[in-house]
Amino acid sequence: MSPANDHYAYYPGCSIRSTSKAYEQSTMKVVESLGMTFQEVEDWNCCGATEYFSINSLPAYSLVARNLSLAAEQGASDLVAPCSACFLNLHKTDKYMGKYKDLNEDVNQALAAGNLGYEPGSLQIRHLLDVIVEDIGFDTIAEKTEKPLWGLRVAPYYGCLIVRPDSKYNPEYPTHLDELLRVLGATVVDFPLKTHCCGGHMTQISDETAYELIRRLLHNADEYQADAIATICPMCQMNLDVFQPQVNRMFKTDFDIPILYFTQLMGLAFGISEKELGFGSEVVSANAALKKIADEAPEKAKKARRDKKALPMPESLP
Amino acid sequence: MTEEKVGVYVCHCGHNIAGTVDVEDVAEWAAGMPNVAISRDYKFMCSSLGQELVEEDVKEYGLTRIVVAACSPHMHEPTFRRACERAGLNPYLFEMANIREHASWVHTDDINAATEKAKAIVGGSIRRVMELEPLEPFIAEINEPTLVVGGGIAGINTALEIANAGHPVYMVEREPSIGGHMAQLDKTFPTLDCSACILTPKMFDVGNHPNITLMTYSEVEQVDGYVGNFTVRVRKKARKIITDLCTGCGDCWSRCPAKVVDDVYEAGLGYRTAIYRPFPQAVPKYPVIDVDTCIYYEKGTCKACQKFCPTDAIDFDQEDEIVVLNVGNIVLATGYKLFDARKVPQYGYGRLANVFTSMEFERMVNASGPTGGKVLLRDGVTEPQTVGIIHCVGSRDRSYNQYCSNTCCMAALKFAHLVKERTGAEIYNFYIDIRTPSKNYEEFYHRILEEGAHLIRGRAAEVTDAARLPGEEGKLIIQAEDTLIGKQRRIPVDMVVLMAAMEPYDDAVEVSHRFGIGCSEAGFFTEKHPKLDPVATMTDGVFIAGACAGPKDIPESVEQGAAAAARVLTLIGQGEIEIEPIRATIDEDRCSGCRICNNLCPYSAIEFVEDLGVSRVNPALCKGCGTCVAACPSQVIEGQHFTFDSIMAQIEGVLYDRMEDTERVTYLGSQPAEAK
Amino acid sequence: MPEKNYSEINPAWEGRKPVIVGFLCNWCSYRAADLAGTSRFGYPATLRDIRIMCTGRLDPTFVIKALREGADGVLVMGCHPHQCHYDEGNYKAMRRMALLRRTLAQLGVHPDRVQLGWASAAQGALFTETVTAMTERIAELGPLEWRDTIEDIAPRTPSPEIEEVAHGK
Repeated sequence: MSPANDHYAYYPGCSIRSTSKAYEQSTMKVVESLGMTFQEVEDWNCCGATEYFSINSLPAYSLVARNLSLAAEQGASDLVAPCSACFLNLHKTDKYMGKYKDLNEDVNQALAAGNLGYEPGSLQIRHLLDVIVEDIGFDTIAEKTEKPLWGLRVAPYYGCLIVRPDSKYNPEYPTHLDELLRVLGATVVDFPLKTHCCGGHMTQISDETAYELIRRLLHNADEYQADAIATICPMCQMNLDVFQPQVNRMFKTDFDIPILYFTQLMGLAFGISEKELGFGSEVVSANAALKKIADEAPEKAKKARRDKKALPMPESLP
Repeated sequence: MTEEKVGVYVCHCGHNIAGTVDVEDVAEWAAGMPNVAISRDYKFMCSSLGQELVEEDVKEYGLTRIVVAACSPHMHEPTFRRACERAGLNPYLFEMANIREHASWVHTDDINAATEKAKAIVGGSIRRVMELEPLEPFIAEINEPTLVVGGGIAGINTALEIANAGHPVYMVEREPSIGGHMAQLDKTFPTLDCSACILTPKMFDVGNHPNITLMTYSEVEQVDGYVGNFTVRVRKKARKIITDLCTGCGDCWSRCPAKVVDDVYEAGLGYRTAIYRPFPQAVPKYPVIDVDTCIYYEKGTCKACQKFCPTDAIDFDQEDEIVVLNVGNIVLATGYKLFDARKVPQYGYGRLANVFTSMEFERMVNASGPTGGKVLLRDGVTEPQTVGIIHCVGSRDRSYNQYCSNTCCMAALKFAHLVKERTGAEIYNFYIDIRTPSKNYEEFYHRILEEGAHLIRGRAAEVTDAARLPGEEGKLIIQAEDTLIGKQRRIPVDMVVLMAAMEPYDDAVEVSHRFGIGCSEAGFFTEKHPKLDPVATMTDGVFIAGACAGPKDIPESVEQGAAAAARVLTLIGQGEIEIEPIRATIDEDRCSGCRICNNLCPYSAIEFVEDLGVSRVNPALCKGCGTCVAACPSQVIEGQHFTFDSIMAQIEGVLYDRMEDTERVTYLGSQPAEAK
Repeated sequence: MPEKNYSEINPAWEGRKPVIVGFLCNWCSYRAADLAGTSRFGYPATLRDIRIMCTGRLDPTFVIKALREGADGVLVMGCHPHQCHYDEGNYKAMRRMALLRRTLAQLGVHPDRVQLGWASAAQGALFTETVTAMTERIAELGPLEWRDTIEDIAPRTPSPEIEEVAHGK
């Protein structure tokens, strides 16, 4: 962990305080055990979610910039958001204010009405996953891992929001969550749809459209025999979890895949109790999946004898 | 110095200069500068009349220094230097003031600004020319032998042209055999003739030519010297084979128990043994032991090859050999490597079994390749019913390489033909633009269209095995926007071929440094002039040919190989070459021996003379960059032709209108008179 | 391009325009300037360039000299990192310039007045952009007129003992 970053401003966002309390519960436990300090932005407000920007952009940007202003005032250099939508809005606002002079002036004029102001670029806007992977690092996480998630097959689901342009990770096929889960001892399955859309708010507009998007994801995870899907966003978790019964009804399928926050899986591996991590609040129960976690590392699949006829397969990138 | 007489000539260059710069005003103004004896303006200074004007004035008025205000020195400096020489004036007492490229052409709509700037440039040159000193060019003899680095088709052609003209050639190749990428190919576009059939005779000629010394499995480690006189250190890696005894019978590799994936010749699609000959037509015919995969070097036992060798040609203890060559010219034809398609994860190479690279596919369709020329899926059994070919993988893509890789469109069309011919499968090519600009290429494109290949204009977004629609199960799905009909399409296929870009080798930047030439950010070697001097480099005597300078197909590489040979032959024919005497010199009387300059020199041209306690520049190695001149704390290193005083004077000259007085003034830190 | 009225940007320019002395390396940036010419890319007529073989030849004294004799800024341009004709002269220029800019700042010269840039022989447009951007910056900063300030620190006619030290007599 870089010493400069042992102090973070923390922007929880609305979802985490309502539909996804388990995310915050597990995040706080994990953050605590990793020795990081998250200082909540005082008097924060909604990030505007995704809709507000398309309706009236100046108030939308100003709404977000208010949070940036408050966070910068607290003196932190980094602002962490566990929710991908919050992260995207905060990051986008900071970036566009820096890029577009007019927007910057307008937003700051709006902020000035509340005796606030924000200089773009003064905060590093980070997603929780990025902070854990970059600042803590896999070595420390490996050391902290007391109860590896041996035998649990997990599909890493990134969602579509953290892979927008400007990401420092490969936006087409990110692998940092894969790597993190692997360090925790889990068996990570290939998940080609890892960055596809979860439906977002479409469930409220056209359930047919939304359920088809959710079905694809569940189907793909099922194809790769995942015991659980790991998410990094409250919206993704909710859509895949809460609407799983409806999807089953609509498509006559029988998916039974628990959708878990990556922090819950980290907590489990760190030896924190299920209760403290908010397990039990999910709609599709995680019990069956958690029972699969074994006391011993799975036997490495024996290198299959070379099929005389088969052509060699290229090695994947290290 | 007061007796010096400067002649100033302001060129109109037709309207090129006179259209924007008031040339008469500049000439008139220059006449008022100190030491200027004569100042004229003239329509075309570079014409024979213009040159004669200078020559006559030198004779008639006794001019001792000349300034021509015209175009860039890179254009006509040699022209006027020769004119000075004809007039009996040392050519280094001439200075070119660039008032065309740097003034009239860039300030076309402001005659006042352009004239004022032209005066500043001319003023700088007048002040500078006064400080110049007569110099004599070095004469370097051209050593007859030539070094060709790289044994692909470009290098092979260079070597044969030079050797056939009767001059000795050393060819150094990194791999165990020459042939390069062309040896891996099956058919060549657009004629579809067999690659090996046209390449093998040329390889054989190189191997057997009395004027060519072939060094395979070897690398150039160090290059010293300059045009005409390069000293090259070559490491001949230990083959572990006594080549004098080896007959190339093959008893060794047929007995070798170690099987490894051949990433080079088979592009990862096939296997080779630890002792191997890359391919049957290899030149030279001798195998090589790969010590990284040989069981003996790992476990200390095996030696199967040695046991079965009928001529006792295996030598496990053989060591690398260093060979030092003296050559006059060097041609780099080091080729390209294929873009690593795993870097584009959305295409699934390395993850999805039936995604292949273009080079894997080349090996697959090659009759001597791992499948004997059959188009098969990774299981080695199943023939594909549908094949998708994705163009521009790692090229025309800002995330990887912005350039067009030049050869892949035609190769992709060739693949479409070969798949059709061998399997009858449906073909889908996904392209951004089809680029077929050479002779008979467009005709080939139409032929493929008529054969029934589907060409979809749209960069593929992804290749996935996540089925969504009926008919997609068990297939690879290529998702792309068909931009001609404006629709998203999902095409299920059995096999995907990625047309990977041509890239410079990973060590290209290092190699360019070793040979003292420039390279682009990507690592392609930089030509002296991209249009007018495409095979020369900024370093005299070092030439480039083929794909090491940018993506090229076979005909272009062959042309460049021959062009480089022609350039080398010209120099050999001349026998000697004049080298600009722009060098650094050290005033040994005043050198403190601090040795700061010793390590700064990129050419190690400064040696320390222990018994005198001073540093000394070896003029043969010095290239005149001036880094040491600027760094000498005692200011006792002088850069010839770009001396401290000449630059200081030029600064004063260009600021003619900003100076308080135009008198030359002593400045703190200037060279004392006796140092000259 | 038609001459700008620089006094609109900074009233101190009344009666004259910015003067920038350029030091261009022979192999890349001088050729980039040539290419700007052959391509007819216009740029402000503020730059007066001097050709040196390599930016590694750039003696910091040259920069001080130019500023002292009335330049408002100095632009040094070489080959891109990794593309130096002499391997690494541009890296040496980079180090020297960093130090020089700090020193000049202490002598009252804004660091933006002394800039280092790169342009390959193929980058006429980049050369043009660099000169234009630098001119704009100098226009904002206003005239330097450094000789008035510097006369005390480095007198034009050095005293005899300084001469002696400098020339190692």
